[in-house]
Amino acid sequence: MTIFLDANSRILVQGMTGSEGSKHTRRMVAGGSTIVAGVTPGKGGQQLDGIPVFDTCQEAVAATGANVSVVFVPPKAAKAAVMQAIDAEIPLIVVITEGIPVADTAEFFQYAQNAGKSRIIGPNCPGIISPEQSNAGITPSDITKRGRIGLVSKSGTLTYQMMYELRDIGFTTCVGIGGDPIVGTTHIDCIAAFEADPDTDAIVMIGEIGGDAEERAAAYIKEHVTKPVVGYVAGFTAPEGKTMGHAGAIVSGSAGTAEAKKVALEAAGVKVGKTPSETARLMREIIQGL
Amino acid sequence: MDLYEYQARELFAAHGVPVIAAYTADTPDEAATAAERINGMCVVKAQVKTGGRGKAGGVKLAKTVDEARARATDILGMDIKGHTVRRVLVTGAVDIAREFYVSFLLDRANRAYLAMASVEGGMDIEEVARTKPEALARIRVDAIEGVTPAKAAEIAATANFPEELRPAIAEVLQKLWRVLVAEDATLVEVNPLVLTEQGDVLAIDGKVTLDDNARFRHPHHEAFVDRAATDPIELRAKELDLNYVKLDGSVGIIGNGAGLVMSTLDVVAYAGEEFGGVKPANFLDIGGGASAQVMANGLDIVLNDPDVKAVFVNVFGGITACDAVANGIIQAIALLESRGEPVTKPLVCRIDGNNAVEGRRILDESGLAIVERVETMDEAARRVAQLAAGA
Repeated sequence: MTIFLDANSRILVQGMTGSEGSKHTRRMVAGGSTIVAGVTPGKGGQQLDGIPVFDTCQEAVAATGANVSVVFVPPKAAKAAVMQAIDAEIPLIVVITEGIPVADTAEFFQYAQNAGKSRIIGPNCPGIISPEQSNAGITPSDITKRGRIGLVSKSGTLTYQMMYELRDIGFTTCVGIGGDPIVGTTHIDCIAAFEADPDTDAIVMIGEIGGDAEERAAAYIKEHVTKPVVGYVAGFTAPEGKTMGHAGAIVSGSAGTAEAKKVALEAAGVKVGKTPSETARLMREIIQGL
Repeated sequence: MDLYEYQARELFAAHGVPVIAAYTADTPDEAATAAERINGMCVVKAQVKTGGRGKAGGVKLAKTVDEARARATDILGMDIKGHTVRRVLVTGAVDIAREFYVSFLLDRANRAYLAMASVEGGMDIEEVARTKPEALARIRVDAIEGVTPAKAAEIAATANFPEELRPAIAEVLQKLWRVLVAEDATLVEVNPLVLTEQGDVLAIDGKVTLDDNARFRHPHHEAFVDRAATDPIELRAKELDLNYVKLDGSVGIIGNGAGLVMSTLDVVAYAGEEFGGVKPANFLDIGGGASAQVMANGLDIVLNDPDVKAVFVNVFGGITACDAVANGIIQAIALLESRGEPVTKPLVCRIDGNNAVEGRRILDESGLAIVERVETMDEAARRVAQLAAGA
């Protein structure tokens, strides 16, 4: 099994007719994903490589049975797009868009909570991939294979790096949850799902400075997780008060430091690597010992 | 973006949060003029984006215009925790009966907003939270519902404001929430919110943090950017639309993806320990695409930093395959050379991921003496630290 996304996932792409949307739709198709529809207001009736475009999510879902939406809509229109996907009761909404005002994210996240029908991944994330089954987002499909590790990460390229380093073992699902201050799916959500997934033997968790999501994940792991977890945290040398690329990656005062996160994870029995390569090595040792 | 007190005050005033008369001054004479307009008795406050300025001597009472000039002379140019004071705010003085604390902020953990309020304001609120947590009320604010009159009343009551003041406090809370919503702030804080001897409720000092992602909705926020206090290389990088942060080491860093670049800084700092504490000179994320032009812009920025002794280009080819990245590096070097800026500092490159074998071959066969290709990120970090140390 996988988490959240599998070979039966039927993906619609919001913003498919835009440059990013069309490029990544083609990449997803080439990687084996089932893309059933696109949604761009005012472009209903068009097609992209034979994939029908609809004006609204509701129409697309009714016509194609789509159960995943991948959102490439620009920041200004992203909130309305995500809310429409929530109204269409799409179970999984993957928001790739970078640069969405956090007030908009807070609002559509609350809207999804109130409706209770949709999980949101992102925003500002690479998406989710269950290798050789389905890829919803911009993660390269061909850098790893299907296997026994579950991966959850705030960072896109560190996700790719880890997928690639452990490509001989492979992954059930890799989730890039995004680096914004508010994300729809957290480390804990993914770790809980991996713990419940019979095909996942071990979990890699990649965090970075800012917030206390890693500390909360550590507390959750200590309490609820029986599978081995390996961790990595980026940003040990980041100075206080400077945002490092991700809107959420900022150390303010004593909170959010990489050191605090590492200490919390290690106290929960998580092996924490000093570099991405060392982290991959720790995971390899665990898998070999199972 | 964190705002200065005077900027926060401007936004408070614009949305009806009660503030006192105040004028900014960049010279002692301007401070004297401001004091005249306020009628003498005033407070001269250093404008710095850090706490503890009172303790550092950055806030002084002046009873006359001449005193205001003298206090401004003392404070302007002062260094407070590494921040140079370039501007003061000259405000009216009030007779304070009581000091309170109120704020709204984004609550990442609960993915909503949080109201915090205390009748013990005036001091460091983190200190209150630590030593007397029961004195600081925390109330969740729903992102969709916001601060309704009922919610404002609930906050005032939960924080135990005196009964007779609650309507006035609730009024201020709703206006403060309006600042957060209308200006796309992630933090609005008033500390202290005072009750004067005359019975007025006034915001005496405040903090506002604006969401940079929302800048497109607020073109006027551009005026809040403090260009004088921003590193010149950071300004230039911003103009080129590059995600760059200046640091204090000697290894220039270029990578793709914020997480990978942050990780690269760490790995270089670890490796640098062996060479007498070599450290990264910057954070630079050129993003997932990494075209030749973007790579050239990135190299241009990093190589023009006089502190940089060697550069580490660390790219994972995901969306862009490694052969394209390798060609990008070569074209970038050629582009800089054609502009009359030949690259002379050593470039240690590590490229991995999609089509890595071809990418490495392209770099190896480029014949560029300054480019040194290293297989892994850890080894590359060690090599670049060694080069930067001149070892």
